[in-house]
Amino acid sequence: MTTPRLEARDLQLGYGDHVIVDGLNLDVLDGTVTAVIGPNGCGKSTLLRALARLMPTRRGHVLLDGRRIDRTPTREVAKVLGVLPQNPIAPEGLTVADLVARGRHPHQAWYRQWSSDDEDVVAEALSWTGMDQFAERTVDALSGGQRQRVWISMALAQGTDVLLLDEPTTFLDLAHQVEVLDLVERLHTEAGRTVVMVLHDLNLAARYAKRLVAMRGGKVVADGPPDQVLTEDMLRTVFDLDAQIVLDPVAGTPLVVPIGRRHRALEVVAADAG
Amino acid sequence: MTGLLERPPGRLAGRTPVRLGPFSGVWRPRVIAVTLTGLALLVLVAAVNIGRGDFPISLAEVLAVLVGGGDEAQQFIVLELRLPRTLTGILVGAALGLSGAITQAIARNPLASPDILGVTAGASATAAAVIVLGGGNGVITGLLSAAGLPVAALLGGLFTAALVYALSFRRGIEGYRLVLVGVGVGAVAMAITSWLLVVAEVYQAAQATVWLTGSLNARGWEHVVPVGFALVVLVPVALLLAFVLGGLQFGDDTARGLGLNLNRSRGALILVAVALAAVATASAGPIAFVALVVPQICQRLVGSSRPPLLASAVHGALLTVGADLIARTALGTELPVGIVTAVLGAPYLLHLLARRNRGVTA
Repeated sequence: MTTPRLEARDLQLGYGDHVIVDGLNLDVLDGTVTAVIGPNGCGKSTLLRALARLMPTRRGHVLLDGRRIDRTPTREVAKVLGVLPQNPIAPEGLTVADLVARGRHPHQAWYRQWSSDDEDVVAEALSWTGMDQFAERTVDALSGGQRQRVWISMALAQGTDVLLLDEPTTFLDLAHQVEVLDLVERLHTEAGRTVVMVLHDLNLAARYAKRLVAMRGGKVVADGPPDQVLTEDMLRTVFDLDAQIVLDPVAGTPLVVPIGRRHRALEVVAADAG
Repeated sequence: MTGLLERPPGRLAGRTPVRLGPFSGVWRPRVIAVTLTGLALLVLVAAVNIGRGDFPISLAEVLAVLVGGGDEAQQFIVLELRLPRTLTGILVGAALGLSGAITQAIARNPLASPDILGVTAGASATAAAVIVLGGGNGVITGLLSAAGLPVAALLGGLFTAALVYALSFRRGIEGYRLVLVGVGVGAVAMAITSWLLVVAEVYQAAQATVWLTGSLNARGWEHVVPVGFALVVLVPVALLLAFVLGGLQFGDDTARGLGLNLNRSRGALILVAVALAAVATASAGPIAFVALVVPQICQRLVGSSRPPLLASAVHGALLTVGADLIARTALGTELPVGIVTAVLGAPYLLHLLARRNRGVTA
């Protein structure tokens, strides 16, 4: 039996007096794609930040390859685990190539800031996401979808086996959401990366992740393959949402069709009439 | 060439590598050009500044004396009377430029300067206190207070910076809170300075005002040595720490994700910036706008995403010595250099503020 790449053991997380996540356990196995879903404020982004050692745990701990992440030097962690925060900020005037090159930071030193390895990896990361043609542009001049591809290139240049993505598709239109998630899928299938991401769109989560972790009130309430997690019962208890589940005609994964107030009323009328 | 210094074409536009054995970096011709041009201009302006005065010495003669030539009278005037003043200007300007570049990079804010770290306001309040309370009331004799002024200003600046740091520390230092706390503490220190000026005797008030404007008048070798020593130690430290500045420009989460120890890197950089600004202010008083304006100008000259450190130091020295030249010669009477840097710097600050109307990125 292989040890999980990333483990959360009895985690309690919070800010100030406010407990957000309590008693949470999670194992992330090597080479898997996991999506964490849940309503706003359920603690999914907090969980991701703790997994990425971006916030301290109040109780319990996070293990990376069996070692406590808070006791491992942060540069060493940065060679194994990369993180793409929600809405990352790029300094004004930074070029695409310079930004992606910053991903090499954990592999560099003050005297070694642009080795031939760095150069190869960055060039490859850029061509992999198709952003090589924009290498000399400044990041602020790009569209939202292109910018996200640049950040993914940076995470790729960091060369980590494990990648944590916090809502990588926010503020993108549907076409660009699909584009970004296609990239994430290639990260997994072609580059063998282990991915954990927080996603809002349940249908895309079901399509791109092999495993869904549903959270509510700081706890995991459902965990498994999409067709077992995305059920009408789960949507009602976790999201307070009445919905029907149909089969995605393209991918064969579950597809959530929300009902909403007007149609719920119609359903009742139809039932009465019938 | 032996081919030891490798400069292959590079696979990425704009990131041509320079490699020498285990050393590697990106070839940035604009940074080098801006730094070297600044250095050449600095030598020129400094030589002109040294040549000007009641006993004019030509540019060629000044340069001859500096490399060991010239007659005895020229040597005395240049080396004993005028060089210390210009050298103080160069060193103070370099310290302020470098300190400003570091502060702006950490705060991720082009309007930040070491002033917001409390250094200047604290040093000013302490210096004013020494001049006003020490001079007239016999608490400290005049001579002692004069000798102790830079030391007192240095301690006052460092103490205030420590206070700002302590007040804005909450599980680490965050750029935005540092700016806000710095502004608040600075306001308190400025109020103390104003109060001291109001209660002071006329002569002491005038003396304090000259100090508070920032001046290079009557600076001797005793002013050169401390700031020179500080730069010899702190410039290499700053250049080593510059390696982490690239990562610190991102949001905190991204920087931590890249394996940066935020509190340690930021703390060390703030310490360097504070020490540079404190030593500079202790030597010449708070010379306005150098630390604020120079890094921004340099950033635009080299076209980078953050102020270049070495270029900011060189151009800080250039602006200070250039302003001193204008202050000494333009209007007949000798003005404090701080007035000229403020006159040159303020319009630029307004321009910068107007351009940033679309909102400050935190």
